[in-house]
Amino acid sequence: MSGGVDSSTVAAMLRSEGRNIIGLTMQLWNQRRLAGHEGMPEAVQGRCCSLDDVYDARRVAETLGIPYYVVNQEDRFERDVVRPFVEEYRSGRTPIPCSLCNNHLKFDQLLIVARQIGAEYIATGHYAQLEFSEASGRWLLKRPTDKSKDQTYFLFGLTQEQLSRTLFPLGGMTKPEVRDLARKCGLVIAQKPDSQEICFVPGGDYKRFLDAYLAEQGESPLETAGEMVTTSGRVIGEHSGIHNFTVGQRKGLGFATGTPLYVIQIKGDTKQVIVGNDEELYSRILLAHRVNLISVQKLDEPLRVAVKIRHKHQPAPATIESTGADEVRVTFDEPQRAITPGQAAVFYAGDVVVGGGWIMASR
Amino acid sequence: MHRAYLDNNATTPVLPEVLEAMRPYFSERFGNASSIHHYGQETRAAVERAREIVAELLGARPSEIVFTSGGTEGDNLAILGLVRQGDHAITSTIEHHAVMNTCAHAQENGIEVTSVPVDGRGLVDPDDVKRALRPNTKLITIMLANNETGVIQAVEAIGRVASEADVYFHTDAVQAAAKVPIDVNGIGCDLLTISGHKFHAPQGIGALYVRKGTILNPRLYGGRHERSRRAGTENVPSIVGLGKAAELAASAFSRGDDKKMAALRDQLEVGLRSCVQAAGINGEGATRVPNTSNIYFDYIEGEALVIALDLKGLAVSTGAACSSGAIEPSHVLTAMGLRPERARASIRFSLGKQNTAEDVDFALSLVPETLAHLRELSPLWKPARTGVS
Repeated sequence: MSGGVDSSTVAAMLRSEGRNIIGLTMQLWNQRRLAGHEGMPEAVQGRCCSLDDVYDARRVAETLGIPYYVVNQEDRFERDVVRPFVEEYRSGRTPIPCSLCNNHLKFDQLLIVARQIGAEYIATGHYAQLEFSEASGRWLLKRPTDKSKDQTYFLFGLTQEQLSRTLFPLGGMTKPEVRDLARKCGLVIAQKPDSQEICFVPGGDYKRFLDAYLAEQGESPLETAGEMVTTSGRVIGEHSGIHNFTVGQRKGLGFATGTPLYVIQIKGDTKQVIVGNDEELYSRILLAHRVNLISVQKLDEPLRVAVKIRHKHQPAPATIESTGADEVRVTFDEPQRAITPGQAAVFYAGDVVVGGGWIMASR
Repeated sequence: MHRAYLDNNATTPVLPEVLEAMRPYFSERFGNASSIHHYGQETRAAVERAREIVAELLGARPSEIVFTSGGTEGDNLAILGLVRQGDHAITSTIEHHAVMNTCAHAQENGIEVTSVPVDGRGLVDPDDVKRALRPNTKLITIMLANNETGVIQAVEAIGRVASEADVYFHTDAVQAAAKVPIDVNGIGCDLLTISGHKFHAPQGIGALYVRKGTILNPRLYGGRHERSRRAGTENVPSIVGLGKAAELAASAFSRGDDKKMAALRDQLEVGLRSCVQAAGINGEGATRVPNTSNIYFDYIEGEALVIALDLKGLAVSTGAACSSGAIEPSHVLTAMGLRPERARASIRFSLGKQNTAEDVDFALSLVPETLAHLRELSPLWKPARTGVS
């Protein structure tokens, strides 16, 4: 229970079904921790894990008359989400902390705690659907009814064991229906705005967060400055650090040229930012590693799927094939723009999530 | 659901006798104790009677007792009322937040602070305190009994260090009062904090012992209440309740109730030891207050055990609860040298007057099976168990 509309409504729905439920909130990050560090505001307006959110979740639990507890997972969150977030930027990749949090915290640590305290299932406010396939004997993760809220992209890492113990009660509902139900249930948070940004990065300014976090850790700031190089190998200047760039970025390159330039590639080893024109952003092939398969046990032969390469990407037709343990090559029918290392490639067969992995490279 | 409350170091229920003693002071005898008339005289008498009883419990004079809103206020008044910019204060690494954060605040305001460490049993070495003395040392503030482990410090020896160096000695006795006999002269302290709700008086009332002659600046300014040490109309019903609780505590000592409570605590510890593996007592080997047992159960998160037990009706705790209700790793256990995993695997059981052998049996019936279930699902337990066998 985050204190938001979705998880609160889930609690209300399960309660009205007469299920025996326990409310849990994960305390993942101390929002006050970096206050005043390196240009961070003294009063941090972060959303996740703020006292206000815990207060809201507790109020909802009280309204519903269910037991409620806060579980502290700050250590693991820092180790499994925040640290990798920093290291990804250091290496010139663009991370997705939400997927790491789902894989390592929500559906791992929290599920363990839930089972330890006697729960059979963990229910969350994610927009996704689950179905057991008798044919394959596997749990299937499917896109929700409300396609605009689809969160399956962030859930590709869930294992069969995790899926078998998970409930997504909002999968068949639209967001307006959820708000409506929250209001009808008398939940105080029915009109609370949706959270958008990365929960531990207040205001979405990840660069300032990186500086403040490293300063707090007594580590030197990311020293990732280097050359700005065109795709033809010409050095056109210096840049302030690879962590300030993401593939496909146009604004903020700091160079005035005749034709618009885009970031084509970020090289972690040489700290070079490769720039070029729009056409050069397109690739047909990507390599994904740390692949998790959901609807199938393994990829014996190439499979036709649709692949999503970022949260707001329209899945594009492609063929996937295994290239080694936990590694997959994705060949798109049409070249895709700005395939970004560090993001996830998630494979769909219609509404069913086949699996997904982390983008290593494209060509 | 059958429930048992074994978290009396967090707070205790107000005893029926205490509530009865307080009852007339809400609507019948409601006067302001500073008023001249009959109504005021009635409540003034009740306040001063309570002051005498509290003084007696601590071996102090009534004029040395200042009523406060509780432990936090007492600690703040004692520390911030004494130290000035340029002074030096000595504290320990295992203090309650009310002392620790007050010292941190003092430090931000130009007071030097030294924190002396504790050993594996949670004990401060009085020689360390002595070695920490400086020419500008004004105050030593070291607790009497720890809230998490119940470990009792060698306060008499620390008091001697203070008196030889002619520095003030404050001790936070919030978790010691009514659990072990206290004599401020025996300890040799100049200031001592107690809190009512830790021994069956209501929440929101406490007292600070201030040795005669101690120059203490108030933290609250206003009228000349409490000998100008703590402004504000006296909280008469709660002061009466505190007095009654102190009176009951004194008679409990004379009956030997503290020994009975220690026996109950031992029953719990022996019972758990006999049926639980990879567990032990934090602070074992030190003298402890008779009601507190802090036990580590390796390979689990104490937080999950507390939740699981609460869902089955047993109230215990781990660490110190922060304002969001989440549990931070204990600075006390960490200071005692416990590795973080073990600190997080520790649970505090704390008894009160209302607890019975049945409550302890209830705990003994729940903890082993709940723990076994937690460990079965703990990623750490299986490899550890294999390693053991």
